[in-house]
This record gives sequence, C-alpha cells and structure tokens, in this order.
Amino acid sequence: MEPILKTENLTIRFGGHTAVDHVNFTLPPNEFKSVIGPNGAGKTTFFNLISGELKPTEGNVYFKGRLLDGLSPVERTRLGLGRSFQITNVFPNLTVLENVRLAVQSREGVRYNPFRHFSSYKKFTEESMEILATVLLDGKADAIASQISHGEKRKLEIAMLLALDTEVLLLDEPTAGMSLEEVPSILNVIRKIKEGGNKTVLLIEHKMDMILDLSDSIMVLFNGKLLADGTPEEIMQNETVQNAYLGGMPHEQTAHA
Amino acid sequence: MISKLQGKNFWLIVIAAVLAAFPLFSDSRTMTILLTQIFIFSILAMSYDILLGYTGIVSFGHAMFFGVGAYTTAVILDRMEPTLGMFLLSIAAGMLIAGIISFIAGLLTLRLKSHFYAMFTMALAGLFLVAAEKWRAVTNGNDGFTFRAPEFFQDRTMFYLTALGCLIVVYLLLSRFVASPMGRVLIAVRENEQRTASLGYKTLHYKVTASVVAGIFASLAGSLYSVSLRFVNTSVMTMDITLDALLMTIIGGVGTLIGPILGATVIEFAQHYLSGLARDYPIFERWIIFFGIVYILAVVFFPQGIVGWFRQVRAKRSGKRAAALKAKQPVLKAKAEENG
Repeated sequence: MEPILKTENLTIRFGGHTAVDHVNFTLPPNEFKSVIGPNGAGKTTFFNLISGELKPTEGNVYFKGRLLDGLSPVERTRLGLGRSFQITNVFPNLTVLENVRLAVQSREGVRYNPFRHFSSYKKFTEESMEILATVLLDGKADAIASQISHGEKRKLEIAMLLALDTEVLLLDEPTAGMSLEEVPSILNVIRKIKEGGNKTVLLIEHKMDMILDLSDSIMVLFNGKLLADGTPEEIMQNETVQNAYLGGMPHEQTAHA
Repeated sequence: MISKLQGKNFWLIVIAAVLAAFPLFSDSRTMTILLTQIFIFSILAMSYDILLGYTGIVSFGHAMFFGVGAYTTAVILDRMEPTLGMFLLSIAAGMLIAGIISFIAGLLTLRLKSHFYAMFTMALAGLFLVAAEKWRAVTNGNDGFTFRAPEFFQDRTMFYLTALGCLIVVYLLLSRFVASPMGRVLIAVRENEQRTASLGYKTLHYKVTASVVAGIFASLAGSLYSVSLRFVNTSVMTMDITLDALLMTIIGGVGTLIGPILGATVIEFAQHYLSGLARDYPIFERWIIFFGIVYILAVVFFPQGIVGWFRQVRAKRSGKRAAALKAKQPVLKAKAEENG
C-alpha cells in the first residue's frame, strides 16, 4: 500500500546545529505511530517540517506520493494534514464553541461569504457541539477559551483538529502539562480516534504506557537522527534505543511524564 | 438571548427615529451641523474599527482613504455640474478609487508584521498628503478650493438626513459583514493569526479584504465631509483625521460597531463645548491637551472603551444572577433529562 506520509532525507540545520538529520520514514494509511525521544531530539521540529511551519534544509516530504515542497501550512492543512500544537494555541477571547465552529467552517470551505449571517449555517454549530461532546467539552461550549483549564484547552485543541477532519493528525504532546486526573479523558479521546479506524495518527508523547498501549508502531528520534522504527515490542527490545533513551536516561521518562 | 438582541435593536431604532425627527423639533443650525458631523465621523470610525477592532490591524494611514473620497467628490462637483446625480457618481468613484488603493496597498504591506505595517501606512498617507499639496492643478494645494453642493443639499436638513441615512445603511451593512462567516474569520485573525492559518484560512486574503472594506467606507465618510463643508483642502489627508478615528474607536470601544459611533459622539460634543469654553478660559484654546489626558486615562482605565466597560458591568450583574440561578440548575437539568 502506498504510504500516506513519507519523508526522504529530511534535514534541517539551524546554524551549525542539525536539529533533524536525514530522517527517512514512511507512514501507511490508518496507522497509529508514535514519535519518542528525549527532549531536544527534534520531535517537534520534525512535525514543523511535515506541517510546513519550517522549510527543510535538505530532503522532502511526500503526502500520498505528492511532493509537498514549497506548500504553505495552509495548503497542507487543506490537503489533509492537520496538527495540534504542543503549546496551547487556541483563540483566547472567543468561546469554546466558536473556536471549533471556525474549524468546521474552514473544512466546509465557507471562507469568504461576507453577507450571510454566520448563525444561518446551523449545521456548523450543531456539528461543533457534537465534536465538543466527543472530547467531553460540551458543558463548556459558551465559556471563553482563555477561562477554561489547561486540560480543557488541550481537549479543545484536539476538538479543533477533529473538526478539520483531516486524514492525517499530527498530535504534539496532547497531554503536555496536564494534571494526572485529566490525562485519562484525553486518552479516551485519542483512543476513540484510533477506534474510528479512518485516521492516520502521528503522536509525540513522553508517557510510555500510553504509547505502548496505543501505537501500531514507534519511531525513535535521538539528536535529530532516526534511531529505530518498528513495532512497540521491537522498540522495547532494541538495544540502541534502550541505551540511548530508555536505559541511558532513566530519569527522562519520569521527568516529563 | 434573542429577546435581548431584539431589545438592543429596538433601542437603536428608537434612537434613529428620534434623530430623524430631530429637525422637526429643533431649528438650531449649530446642533444640526454638529450632529451631521457626528454621523460622518461615526462612519469613518466604524470603518477604522473594521481594521483595528475586528481584524487587529493598526493603521496610521486611514486619512488617505478619507481624503481620497473628499477630493474625488469635491473635484467632480467642482468640474462638472453640482447635481445630485454627480454627487452619487462622485461617491461611487471615490469608493472605487479608495478600494483599488487599499487593495494594492494592502497586498503590498499586509504581509508585514503589526508595527512595521503601522509605520508603512503612515508613510503612505504622508505620500498622499504631499501629493495633494503639490498637485495644485487639481487640489489647489494647501489653500484648497470651495465648490457648490447640489441644490438638494442647500437645505441643511436634507444633508443631515442624508448623512443619517448613510450612517444607518453603513451600520447595517457592516454589522452583517462582521457577523458573516468572513467576519468571524477576521475576528479569528485578530485573536491568533497563525492559528487561523493553520486551520486552513489564508489570512492575507482576509486582511486585504478588511482593508478594502475599511477604505471604501472611509472614502464615503470623506465624500460626505467635503460636501458638508462645501470646501476641501489638504487637512482631510492629515494625521489628525486618522487620530480622530483612532481616538473615537478606542474611547467608544474597539471590536464593536456601536463603540465608534459613541466615541464619535463623545468626541465631537466634547470638542464643541470645550472649544466653546475658550471664550472664558483661554486654556481651552488648547482643548486638545485635555483630550490627550482623557485619552491616556481611557487607555489605562477603560482599555475596552465605553461599550466594553458597559458590557463588563452588565456581565458582572448577570454573573451574580447566574450564581443565584446555579443553585436551581441541577433541578432544571434533571427535569430536562426526564423530559428528554
């Protein structure tokens, strides 16, 4: 089967520092793949290269066999590459519902209509409410986004991504900075996405139990290089990985979990 | 919610009706002129708020669109017959020119980040001001020129009603615009431009559109302004006009359409009465000094303007009511579930 996402020698240098170093990877459709690696391994930079926020120094990204060279993040999102951000990135002074509604509106291609009243698109609002229900935020629909808790913002972030309904979801540490009690609900949301079976997911995470539980495959980045790529079992047994990441820095997991 | 909205609309209609009927009760020329002035500057301030309050773009060059409208109307009425038809044509022509200029300027400059954009618009407006001063064949430079307004407007009342009509139409058009799917995206751009882009919206398109819409309506305000004076000179292109619009928007309340109207009202009245005081207290010759102080106080203590402050007060009150209601809420919810 043709991979939905592929990179070839993907590299970016910031001055003398090579943040992502000749990464080759393929992602088959509907696979759930996790990206792990210690802090500074280049995981988020790797995401930025795929989503188009950064331009690679070298190498290419392919989406469904199509070269993405020179396409802006906007165009990539429209093609079907949606991403969430590690740092919470929502519209702070709009309601939770409006945040999601904007994403639905974008997906439906209603971009430039300057005359109709926005609420006449009733189904957008209804669908937004449904999505909010999926991420267990329906009770907060009318709250202002800056007023909800951090965990709820993370859920909102995922809701916006779901609303875009892209084939590929790039999830950058969806549980970052969440309190322990909030993690299971996010986990549920992600599991629901996986069970839907029609989304390809690339997930950055530090919580190993969560990764082992959800992933079809795992790739390990270390100092920008792709260290290993395989099933969770293979990765757990891989000696280089253990030395470099799991064994070599035992505090890493706990520090960021 | 719906009844509340209707309540607001109801009051707006009442106010509009009172204003429309005003000339029947009062023949105070000063008041008529002052109110006309307020209507015109309300249009200007609303158009500015599309940029500042809705899209989050700070522009220091708004006067150039105002000036384009003012000059287009003045020149056409001066060179051709001063008829009502020509007046309408000149408004349309001014809007078209302002639209084209704002489109090109927007395309060239809106890629810039906020304060660079602000500087650039200032420079551009400066360029237009210089052009108006030097192009004496058309503008007669700083001296300006007088022209005859259409017969129809010889009666101040007619012009008063026309300006009021324009204000109402622009208010309705713009309130529909900001509530449209497109207007919603403009607000999203203001809130978080990069996030808007990552949702798949091309933010540059929206910023350019906002600047074109703002430019067009500023030009309308300019056209009305020059007819109200029957005179035009380079003062319509100066920074003062932009600052007026900025001041009115901020004092009234950014991000609303009523705000700029309130701001224009407050500032025009204040200007009128403060400069009137100058006869007794010479310090009021420099009434603008007081404005500076008021402005600073407004930015420090009422950053949301009059409308924002009013909303806050109301939110607090309804917040208390909501807290009182909350005690009853679970019961209501259980009931709803039973029924559902």
